[in-house]
Amino acid sequence: MTTLRRRTVLQGMGVSALATALAGLPVLAQDRTAIRIGYAVPKTGANAAGAGISTIPNYLLWVDDVNKAGGLELSKLGVTLPLEVVEYDDRSTTEELVRAIERLATQDNVDFILPSWGTGPNLASGPTFDRFGYPQLAATAVTDMAPDLVQRWKHSFWMLGGGHDYANALVALLVKQREAGAINNKVAIASVADGFGIDLSKAATPAFTEAGFELVYDKTYPLGTSDFAPIINEVSGLGVDTFVAFSYPPDTFALTQQAVVANFSPKVFYLGVGTAFPIYPNVAGPNHDGVMGVGGIDPDSEALAAYFERHTALNGQAPDSWASAITYASLEILQQAIERVGDLDREAVANEISTGEFDTVIGKVKLVDNQLRALWTVGQWQGGKFVGLAHTERDGARDPVVPKPAWVPAA
Amino acid sequence: MMKLLAALVALAALAFVPAFAGPYPLGLGIGILGYGVLATAWAMFSGPTRYISLATVAFFGLGAYTVAVLADVLPYPLVLLVAALVGLVVALIVGLATLRLAGIYFVIFTFGLTELVRQLVTYYEVNVTRTLGRYVFLPIGPEHIYWQLLALLAATLAIAFWVSRSRIGLALRVIGDDPDVASHLGVRITRTKLTLFSISCVIMTLAGAIQAPRWTYIEPSIVFNPTTSFLVVIMALLGGPNRLFGPLLGAIPLFLLFEWLSANFPNHYSIILGLLFIAIVFVLPNGVLAAGDSLWSRLTRKAVRP
Repeated sequence: MTTLRRRTVLQGMGVSALATALAGLPVLAQDRTAIRIGYAVPKTGANAAGAGISTIPNYLLWVDDVNKAGGLELSKLGVTLPLEVVEYDDRSTTEELVRAIERLATQDNVDFILPSWGTGPNLASGPTFDRFGYPQLAATAVTDMAPDLVQRWKHSFWMLGGGHDYANALVALLVKQREAGAINNKVAIASVADGFGIDLSKAATPAFTEAGFELVYDKTYPLGTSDFAPIINEVSGLGVDTFVAFSYPPDTFALTQQAVVANFSPKVFYLGVGTAFPIYPNVAGPNHDGVMGVGGIDPDSEALAAYFERHTALNGQAPDSWASAITYASLEILQQAIERVGDLDREAVANEISTGEFDTVIGKVKLVDNQLRALWTVGQWQGGKFVGLAHTERDGARDPVVPKPAWVPAA
Repeated sequence: MMKLLAALVALAALAFVPAFAGPYPLGLGIGILGYGVLATAWAMFSGPTRYISLATVAFFGLGAYTVAVLADVLPYPLVLLVAALVGLVVALIVGLATLRLAGIYFVIFTFGLTELVRQLVTYYEVNVTRTLGRYVFLPIGPEHIYWQLLALLAATLAIAFWVSRSRIGLALRVIGDDPDVASHLGVRITRTKLTLFSISCVIMTLAGAIQAPRWTYIEPSIVFNPTTSFLVVIMALLGGPNRLFGPLLGAIPLFLLFEWLSANFPNHYSIILGLLFIAIVFVLPNGVLAAGDSLWSRLTRKAVRP
């Protein structure tokens, strides 16, 4: 048995302090052993749930995929390097996010920074990405401002469309159903009084009116509402064939359950964020079939099916059928742009992202004016998959099922 | 006189920080100054009266929103002035309605106030303007925000110093010790409390207004984040709310600690933070400065300060 002497302890402390200090030094280019990828994402706070479904699992999967394949080839440097991750928790606050990005850019000297989750955080970190010249691949931001933002921040890329894309696509789809005589002219809209709900209802209300629909109910409900009985009860007496809710995940689930309980089963039942989540069929049980929502996937794509399998194997959960595949595709775009440029020149990589064409899980992608314009806008649960009914550039993957199957009463 | 000189020298030295600090240290500086201002302003009222206010972020958010709404309409200095006025008016309304409450009722009310203000702003945006997010595109860089916050901190400390020396500060301490005695002594309880509450709230509003341009995008869930209120309370309690530099000395180490924790333990941050809060309340109920004093007097075998 040896006893620790004070000198031994102090020596040990000195060595470890030195080691810590050295670990903080920036890596020199010639002896780099990895490509450093940094991100600050909400692991705690209000945005943690959304990031935990669409953002973080895809970052983990991408790093895993790249490293399993041996890393990224940098032809100009003559090396193939694995990815190394520096991650922070932005605690769902903007101030933390901005500072974490400053830290990633100037202290950790990472080569690329991946964005946080959500529209607000991506808008808020735009100036910081821009100031340090890092490309920003905003895969989870829905904003109609994107055309202005790409002028302001040249290296920003907006991948999830704007409120008008989703609202107009829904209206166009419903017009066809009305012309086919599948639904009547009456529509009810309930929107959450928060970013997503307001953006979409602001676009949808005039679009519905212009298309000649009668909006018999168009109201907002406060964020955090848990009792939807009053809304469902009021709407169920109005004789609508179409119920639209621009809702958030907890509301999406509660609205479904309440509609089943009240046996309010309109021919078109459309919900917002959360409909495309892999847990939606568990929440809704047999009643998920035929429910429409924002997003969608191509059920016939083999690349996407393989992505679903890899995602489930690594993360223990399937990706959602809206922003997840887009997020993963944004990382593939970054990866291919880096390999084409052949080194870590961010300016050149951003330029390649802006002008190149890329092969991704969502198909061939070429950005238009720094925006991803090839998007699934309306989806529907059919045969256990949330299939895309409407796309901004191509035909729907499946025809809509209208009317949807009647609710199976809750046991 | 020497002290004043030293303070001015320190202030001047801090003003030169942006000249040689990189963006990240400057970001840290902004964070520390921001929380330093909030904690000092909070302690100015809540320290002597022992009214725990959780409304900090209500005023902070109002300031940020004022800038978001008016940034395109008015020149920036005027926007700040309007923000201060908005803070003052709300503080007076709230103060008149609630400062007769005491103890736990006041705590609950202030917590509810944050939610009330947030919902009112949301209601207005949703039903009147039909937009929830607002953009702040102002040509104000991090160094400008740093200087403004530094100036605000200096002003806050000066006011806090003046309050601690003045009759109103003494009156406030008497109220905190025993409101009944205070009223028998002829202290105008409500007016005294209201004055200090308003000053403290105006400073908080300005802190939010100054930091708004840093975020570009503002929505209620961003600027009315209740965590801010809790952090400010815990910072002030750590440093010692009844001393001039107490809240500031609580804000600096805690802020750096949060930063270190979120960088090194991003997955366990909340757990460590919770344990830390418990430890602060149990081990250092009167703050670090008071604990340091009592330790010092024990070491030098003098009587503990009463």
